[in-house]
Amino acid sequence: MSSTIPRLEIDGLTVAFGGLTALDDVSFTVGEAETVALIGPNGAGKTTVFNAVCALLRPRSGTIRINGEPAPSSTTGLSARKVSRTLQGLGLFESMSVVENLLVPLSSLDLGAEQRLGKARRTLARLGLAEHARSPVASLPYPERKRVALARALVTDPRLLLLDEPAGGLGSEDIDALAETVRGLAGQGCSVLLVEHHVDFVMEVADRVVVLDFGRVVACGTPDEVRHDPAVEAAYLGLEAAA
Amino acid sequence: MDRLAFLLATGLARGLVIALFALSLVIIWRAARIVNFAQAAMATVAVYVAYAVVTWTGSYWLALVAAVVTGMLVGFAVERWLIRRVPRDNPLPGMIVAIGLVMILHSVIGILFGPRHVPMRAPFSREPLYVGDVAVLSPYDLFVLLLALGIVVALAVLFNRTTLGLQLRAAATAPEVSRLLGIRVPRMVTIGWMLSSAVAAVAVLLLIPTELGLNAHSADILFVHAFTVAVLGGLDSPVGAIVGGVAVGVLITLVTGFLGAGMAPIAVLALLTLVLLVRPGGIFAVKEARAA
Repeated sequence: MSSTIPRLEIDGLTVAFGGLTALDDVSFTVGEAETVALIGPNGAGKTTVFNAVCALLRPRSGTIRINGEPAPSSTTGLSARKVSRTLQGLGLFESMSVVENLLVPLSSLDLGAEQRLGKARRTLARLGLAEHARSPVASLPYPERKRVALARALVTDPRLLLLDEPAGGLGSEDIDALAETVRGLAGQGCSVLLVEHHVDFVMEVADRVVVLDFGRVVACGTPDEVRHDPAVEAAYLGLEAAA
Repeated sequence: MDRLAFLLATGLARGLVIALFALSLVIIWRAARIVNFAQAAMATVAVYVAYAVVTWTGSYWLALVAAVVTGMLVGFAVERWLIRRVPRDNPLPGMIVAIGLVMILHSVIGILFGPRHVPMRAPFSREPLYVGDVAVLSPYDLFVLLLALGIVVALAVLFNRTTLGLQLRAAATAPEVSRLLGIRVPRMVTIGWMLSSAVAAVAVLLLIPTELGLNAHSADILFVHAFTVAVLGGLDSPVGAIVGGVAVGVLITLVTGFLGAGMAPIAVLALLTLVLLVRPGGIFAVKEARAA
């Protein structure tokens, strides 16, 4: 029965900043072990969706449910609901080592010190970062820092992972490795909602794509369906093609 | 030469007291981005409780524990019931509230205990020990030195080797990210205030036997010196607080010993001006600004 309950269900979500409506009646779901991409031009409201799910802002109306229950009203409650998020700006603790960055989200879980360290080390090994465990984050090049941010989001074994522009600033090799990692998450039962401008990456990893424009959902479907949707071409992909 | 050795040794002990107090300001700054102008007055309240305990029981050690516990409670109360209610979109309201709290605490202490300095005896002799013919530290200076070093080491272990320390550091550097990662940031801020107030209380308790005695304003100059040190070292830098505290303590003692007590504040302010001209962020300022 649990497989029929979406991991994330957004229904009629409307968010306004003063007179500006950032999201207007947005509805979509992310199923169990499903990867959904949220795309759209800059300012379409993609990150606002993330911020609403993470209780960083209060919607004007609509509901957000995680595993069939209302999303937590406080950001701190996300980890208990097995929700993790990466940030566009990475948000790493620059003065800490790589392994310490992973230990921070584990610190609020009911685990012993050895268990926490073991989980952190296993996650680093999985993402090819084991040799950097003790390195200060600030000393790493950007692609490695990006992987540290992903490792920090994965270390708590989330059931719902929100990835904010995971491919941004990466070269083709790193994007390929990232795509493999994201595809592998479904096999572990992890659902992914990702915001991304890199269309090829989106088409490769997403099961479904939701297209936002001016805060409204203009299309939703499989990557192929969305790719040939005239509304999407007009709103977003057309701009890419023209560029 | 003998005099120089004596002044350096006593300057080190004095400097570590300043360093402890500066460290307490750094802890609060990192936790809450507030320069707590009420730190000295809050610590003085804790030391008055310690004074009461030593008067009733005769035990300095119980008084030391009382100062730490009261310091923590005062820090908890001020953060939870006062500072948390102050708008945080800019630092000015927090500073104004802290200054108001200083006035209230000074008045309450004055009403309860009067303006006189009450003497607090040191737990050890303040007569200097001799190495050969050279006077160096007194047993009390040695106690101050060891206790201050012990607290610095304990704080270093807390912040760098424990889960709570990791959470405190995370919440201090990036509160919004920390919330996303499940850290209870408001709780960390409260713990930061409690730690900071307890450290400040111990610093003032260690200072009082070397001064005229205890009154509402006993720690005011210590605050000025420690604030100078915190700015010199960089408000974000615990290492800066410790190194700066020792440097300023030695400077004050040397200038007082060779040029007279009147010159010491001028020397401290000259050092502050010099550092601010050359490196406005502080000598040990780190590049990492507080993130979201």
